[in-house]
Amino acid sequence: MNASKTLVYDGSFNGFLTAVFIGFEHKLTHADIQKQGQLQSGLFAETETIFTNIEKAQRVWNGVRNKSNTAIKNIYFAFLSEQNNMEALIYRYIQKLMGSKHKGATDFSDDGVLKINQLAHKVGREKHRMEAFARFQLTKDDVYFANIEPDFDVLPLISKHFRNRYADQQWIIYDVKRKYGLFYDLNTVEIISLDLTDIHSNSIEKSSAFTEAEYEYQDLWNNYFKSTTIKSRINNKLHVQHVPKRYWKYLSEKKEAV
Amino acid sequence: MDFNRIKEKLNILADAAKYDVSCSSSGSNRKNKDNGLGDTGNGICHTYTEDGRCVSLLKILLTNHCIFDCAYCVTRKSNDIQRAAFKIQEVVDLTINFYRRNYIEGLFLSSGIFKSADHTMERLIAVAKKLREEENFNGYIHLKSIPGASDELMYEAGLYADRLSVNIEIPTISGLKLLAPDKKHEDFIKPMLKVKNEIIRYKEESKIIKSTAKYAPAGQSTQMIVGATGESDKDIMYSATHFYKNYQMKRVYYSGYVPISTDSRLPSLGSEVPMLRENRLYQTDWLLRFYGFSVNEILDTDNPNLDMDIDPKLMWALRNLNHFPVDINKAEPRMLARIPGIGMGSVHKIISGRKYRRLSWEHLKKMGIALNRAKYFIICNSSDWERRDLDAATIKGMILQSQNSKFKNQYNNQLSLFN
Repeated sequence: MNASKTLVYDGSFNGFLTAVFIGFEHKLTHADIQKQGQLQSGLFAETETIFTNIEKAQRVWNGVRNKSNTAIKNIYFAFLSEQNNMEALIYRYIQKLMGSKHKGATDFSDDGVLKINQLAHKVGREKHRMEAFARFQLTKDDVYFANIEPDFDVLPLISKHFRNRYADQQWIIYDVKRKYGLFYDLNTVEIISLDLTDIHSNSIEKSSAFTEAEYEYQDLWNNYFKSTTIKSRINNKLHVQHVPKRYWKYLSEKKEAV
Repeated sequence: MDFNRIKEKLNILADAAKYDVSCSSSGSNRKNKDNGLGDTGNGICHTYTEDGRCVSLLKILLTNHCIFDCAYCVTRKSNDIQRAAFKIQEVVDLTINFYRRNYIEGLFLSSGIFKSADHTMERLIAVAKKLREEENFNGYIHLKSIPGASDELMYEAGLYADRLSVNIEIPTISGLKLLAPDKKHEDFIKPMLKVKNEIIRYKEESKIIKSTAKYAPAGQSTQMIVGATGESDKDIMYSATHFYKNYQMKRVYYSGYVPISTDSRLPSLGSEVPMLRENRLYQTDWLLRFYGFSVNEILDTDNPNLDMDIDPKLMWALRNLNHFPVDINKAEPRMLARIPGIGMGSVHKIISGRKYRRLSWEHLKKMGIALNRAKYFIICNSSDWERRDLDAATIKGMILQSQNSKFKNQYNNQLSLFN
């Protein structure tokens, strides 16, 4: 069978992998895999709803991993990019990978492979940025709280980093764009959703939610940031390249600049 | 805690520490212990200053009181500046509170030398010890080795610190005599040697006994000031190579001299920081550490200085045209790495990609290779390649014409007529 068909999945990574499994089962050369709720079907296209099946997802995961560890990472990262049409790209990527004789080597001369690689690279960079730019503020409930607004859905990727690092303090990292967060309660990390009335960026106005000392430390940090700059080497272009303006409102050292 | 007083001290003591360019927080293997605070990893730059430098550690002096009078140093005895000193507990509190808010990867603690080298070193160690033992802090700690500190103290310092460094500052011994007459070259070397030997001992012992106490797991580094004493690039890079080889340095840093004094032995106030030169030295450093070059291939008595208008790899290639052109589809990795415009990342992509098909210009372009430089030095799967027998000067001219460098005004000595 060589037909084109639209497969609709629930938006989860396992759901997507299940759809890939079904695609392979039906031997679809081009799989049109779409998220539920974002469906854009052609007029005469046949659609099939995919029910997430962990076992099938696992088989795809293992199949890819046996071919290459880099590939499995690339696929997961590219998936989290939430880019239009990334499903079709990843499907093609997996097809190529499974048909290839070269174990481990990546075909950087192939457009699709290069594209997935670039997507994964972008997501990786955003993950790293959030590990760097998340700024905790201490609430009166003794929880360190951070708001983030990443370009891609990187919360699942940064969970382990923060868990390993801040093992002796309660913390919340909340993605204001995707409206969910991580909460570490000194034992485990859980996914939470909050009813936030206002976004707690590092604004100049003080919020009663945070301790008094919190603002003192922010002040100290801002001072440090200023005094560690060498005036005769100012290079604003480089500064903005490393700390893009869209993140400034969440950084206490840049709050005066916003 | 008196926040206002702390703020004053922080401003003074951060301002004085900023000329130390090292801000690396990578290379350690310290992990979170007993659900305590912090760990180390690949290093993170949590923000960047307005001069574009990475801020990864809380970089401060314990005090800027100093008994020495080194001409190049902002905290020299004779300089009329505000002096301050932190208490040990104050540094501990600042570090912990900054760390908990995800501002920093850890602490970089240096100091002016008060009373004696040993007395100063003891205080630095006390901060690190307190962080490790009382706060169960597992983040990154970089301590300065104070020139002249005793072996016993250098041993103890390594038990708490991830990295130790002593800045040689002046690359030539004659320069040191001129600018820092009360410091001796041996005083710098002694702690360096002790740390090196301890690191070797730690590595050997931990192979046999896994529980051997960590000793400076991120190694040691040093820094040299560039452009303060009229030294050549050859002087700097040969001395850097010496430290890499004989002291197993993890890093040598190059810091363009920022004029801070009216001393006649030094460049006058207001003269430009040699940032382009600094950049070329770092490029050379990378060629030595990652690209398989040896220092005498790049700099020797006939060529004691780097070209400012082109990068050192291109400079080397133009002097050695007999090695080129290189066939992208056949050449060994070590030769690929020597082609101007191709970085190590691209080398890996080429090696991986050429297993599938013979690579052409189109492929190389998509991989992100700087073809404007590389094209004169390679052939690939295409009949279209540079066949003219061009000489070095012509190639250089063509490359310079094809690129627009932000540093152009710094190396263009010719006066322009209309501006």
